[in-house]
Amino acid sequence: MTASDALALLPWIVLAATAIVVMMGIAFRRRHGLTLGLSLAGLVASLVSLYLAAPLAPRQVTPLLVVDRYSLFFFGLLVAAELVIVILLYDYLGRQEGPREELYLLSLIATLGGAVLVASTHFASFFLGLEMMSVSLYAMIAYLGPRRLSLEAGVKYLVLAAASAAFLLFGIALIYAALGTLAFNRFAAALAAVPGHAALANTSMLAAGVALVLTGIGFKMAVAPFHLWTPDVYQGAAAPVTAWISTLSKGAIVALLLRFLLSFHAAHRGILLVVSLIAIASMIVGNLLALLQDNVKRILAYSSIAHMGYLLVAVLAALRAGNPQLAIEAAAFYLVAYFLTTLAAFGVIGALSNSSGEPELVDDYRGLFWRRPAVATVFVFSLFSLAGIPATAGFIGKYYLVAAGASVAVWTPVIVLVASSVIGLFYYLRIVMTLFATPDPLPRAFSGRITPWSGVVLGVMLAGLVWLGFDPNPMIRLLHSLPPL
Amino acid sequence: MMLLWMLAIPFMAGMLAGVFGQSSSPFWRDRAPRWLALGALAVDFVLGLISWLSAARSPFLRHRHWLLQLDWNWMPRFGIRFHLAMDGLSLLLLMLTFFLGMVSVLVSWNEIRERVGFFHLNLLWVLAGITGVFLAMDLFLFYFVWELMLVPMFFLIALWGHERRRYASVKFFIFTQLSGLLMLVAILALVFAHRAATGVMTFEYRALLATPLSSTAAWWIMLGFFIAFAVKLPAIPVHTWLPDAHTEAPTAGSVVLAGLMLKTGAYGLLRFALPLFPSVSRQFAPFAMALAVAGILYGGILAFGQTDFKRLVAYTSVSHLGFVLLGIYAWNALALNGAVVTMIAHGISTGALFVIAGLLQQRMHTREMGRMGGLWDVMPRLSGAALFFALGSLGLPGLGDFVGEFLVLLGAWPVSRWLAVLAAAGVLVATFYALRLVQRAFHGPNEQAWKLPDLRRIETLMLAPMIVALLWLGLFPRPVLTAVAPALGYLQSLGKPGILRSDRLANLGVPPRGIALFRPGSALVPPVLFRNIPVARVQALRLQGRAPRPKGGKLR
Repeated sequence: MTASDALALLPWIVLAATAIVVMMGIAFRRRHGLTLGLSLAGLVASLVSLYLAAPLAPRQVTPLLVVDRYSLFFFGLLVAAELVIVILLYDYLGRQEGPREELYLLSLIATLGGAVLVASTHFASFFLGLEMMSVSLYAMIAYLGPRRLSLEAGVKYLVLAAASAAFLLFGIALIYAALGTLAFNRFAAALAAVPGHAALANTSMLAAGVALVLTGIGFKMAVAPFHLWTPDVYQGAAAPVTAWISTLSKGAIVALLLRFLLSFHAAHRGILLVVSLIAIASMIVGNLLALLQDNVKRILAYSSIAHMGYLLVAVLAALRAGNPQLAIEAAAFYLVAYFLTTLAAFGVIGALSNSSGEPELVDDYRGLFWRRPAVATVFVFSLFSLAGIPATAGFIGKYYLVAAGASVAVWTPVIVLVASSVIGLFYYLRIVMTLFATPDPLPRAFSGRITPWSGVVLGVMLAGLVWLGFDPNPMIRLLHSLPPL
Repeated sequence: MMLLWMLAIPFMAGMLAGVFGQSSSPFWRDRAPRWLALGALAVDFVLGLISWLSAARSPFLRHRHWLLQLDWNWMPRFGIRFHLAMDGLSLLLLMLTFFLGMVSVLVSWNEIRERVGFFHLNLLWVLAGITGVFLAMDLFLFYFVWELMLVPMFFLIALWGHERRRYASVKFFIFTQLSGLLMLVAILALVFAHRAATGVMTFEYRALLATPLSSTAAWWIMLGFFIAFAVKLPAIPVHTWLPDAHTEAPTAGSVVLAGLMLKTGAYGLLRFALPLFPSVSRQFAPFAMALAVAGILYGGILAFGQTDFKRLVAYTSVSHLGFVLLGIYAWNALALNGAVVTMIAHGISTGALFVIAGLLQQRMHTREMGRMGGLWDVMPRLSGAALFFALGSLGLPGLGDFVGEFLVLLGAWPVSRWLAVLAAAGVLVATFYALRLVQRAFHGPNEQAWKLPDLRRIETLMLAPMIVALLWLGLFPRPVLTAVAPALGYLQSLGKPGILRSDRLANLGVPPRGIALFRPGSALVPPVLFRNIPVARVQALRLQGRAPRPKGGKLR
């Protein structure tokens, strides 16, 4: 490993160092503010170091990781989201009893896991990154221990994540058996080298392996039929942790999924079929089941299942297209929009929470607009963005997806996307109508003051949502410069 | 720039109204938003008037299709531009928008007492969205504003509506959103077909006009557009959101819905569905016309059966907009002019009927006609106004609706006699429901012993211009027809002789028999109405192989 390798990896190294420094800080002095300060400083430093690493891209650093514009972009996205979540955590934990500092440490380690995923070009780093993320998440979900639901959610996640990791490992083994390599960038060459006679056996073994790997990825993305853990975990975890799961964990795995699937160059027909079935099932299941919920966090959980289904339309387009540029852009833009939107939504839930709990039921939000117009406005915009209404980032994101799908004429998933997002309107509108309903005369539990920290973060999210909705050009230019994988 | 101001003034005024609504002083909270909204719309109205007059004074309007344009880059990655343009059709509909916008502010003056700031924010934004729809020349921009106008309308219904507002608002939103998304898919399919053919990705209206499409693709894409516009219009199988939304909306919401939002559907057909897909639209025309006639009769008959004042008026909209659809797809000079006049006249007369329903509801707290009766003695001026607009709605000669519907029937006759006859029966049904409305609500004995105040000054002020406008449209529609002539002339040039038998008739120098009023050059029909017939004749010859092909249907 040369000096320039190290420089290219600097953002990752700074992030890892941040986790270590925060751990030492907690060991020496258990101070909430100090922990926040160290985390923020480290995250900002790793974002800044992206500028040092950028000139060196693209560069393969060890067989495990690649530093290219694609991985740098996703690194930046993940770390920026972590920055937001850390601030939300500070606010949230400030109102809770008990030890709080370890949650920062855990989320930093999990972020590092995600950052490894977005840069990995090898099954070894893939698995390492994934487990770094998963193991931290077990603890993060169950962190606010006394609440029964968090413990239940943590255990549920642990069992299912472990099972999915087993599928993933088996899939990796099958792919290795078929192709004789674990490095993504050798797949195409290995596939081409397979002699004609053995091709059939090898490709079906390969297809089985890819399907099993997709199972493991699907679990992390929470797409149907691997979504069963989602609502319980969303409900049980603290709002900022839920935000973490629904943004960073999914974003990192989507980035990896694109790199993994596109590394085969020519997609197997069966894989295309599987991906489109998963996409369609997720869109329908997510949107339909969300209709039945009364709990806002569970609604958002099912809605996230549907949104990952939408995102798979872009993945599908990338696999079908001769030039996946537009589809990759679409997926990346959708993730950015989804990050902003979800962070805003869970930010609102977290900001309104107090020591007795979070406003979870739809009814807890009755008339919020008339009591807290600013917070409710953020929530309304984030719901509209989820629903894909113009003038929000979510609309441009959905437009991008439909454009990507239409450009390669994958009409069935596109039509399902359109139809199921109309179903989605029902439950988004339900929350919106509750926000504007006439407030109860009784004083409500969740109407405490919003602290400046949350206020600033929510304001930034809102500005980002609206800005991307009107003028997405800078983001489009940035994404357009991503290399085709 | 004037176009941008037309969009920006209501938008910014709405934002300000929302901010004022948060104030604690009663003046800023309850009164300032109203004046602000009224002022903003008045400024827009004057802007529209200026451009109309300046265009009408010069020979400008006759020679140029587009009066004003604004073309900025928006998202170059996709060839998306912020392109606004105004022709005569847009101009007329914009004038209607600002006019009815002012009416809706005035009608809310006493009706809306809660959350005044937020109400006017939504009202102004909905009007800004509609303005955008009438101006957008880039298909992405069009879709953007098309969807954007739904959200404030949803809030208007959901927050200030009547008893079943939640149901009605969600139903409205879902119907229009689903159809809108279908349109988005259709737009993208068209854009990618254009890219496949030319290598250029663009959402520009004029570029897409020349897209070569296989007829299967054109059918599907055209249907995507048609469904979106048919839901808004509304055409018959997809009209069910309309009675609910119109009935439950606050008065201003009903006025905007009936007067303006339905017109966006008709406008979309005229501006996009026909010009983008002329040949498949011609094949589709018989189906659309059949739907239209079904809507005319069905809407009229259902209106007859209603007991709720607003619901009755809502169903009459289904019937009247059926005439618009019939006129559009009959696709000849008379029918197209008739469709445009019907659009405007319906906006005024139905808007006014909703205003009257609102005034009655404010006074009586009911919309049930069973509980009304004998109101003429109590409120002679209000009842007189109601009679006037009901007569307008039934198509009394001399009022705007008559001119429009008559021209539509006249144009539809040579295309399909049966449909024209059935549609004419719709006018008969209109007589029944309109007279029944007047009879049950205002005549008869005053059984409930109502004692109610007659029209207040502000209410008279609001209805008087509507009466004047409807009379003007009925007696002297020439300025309107002159203004839309270039736009309709272009549309008509896309028609073909098989459908334009009326034009062949006209080419022989035979004016429609027995109707001196409608001769070219008479007060009702300016010569310009028939100005474009040579184009049709050239096309007729062309189809017979006797005329050189012109250079394609480019816009002037």
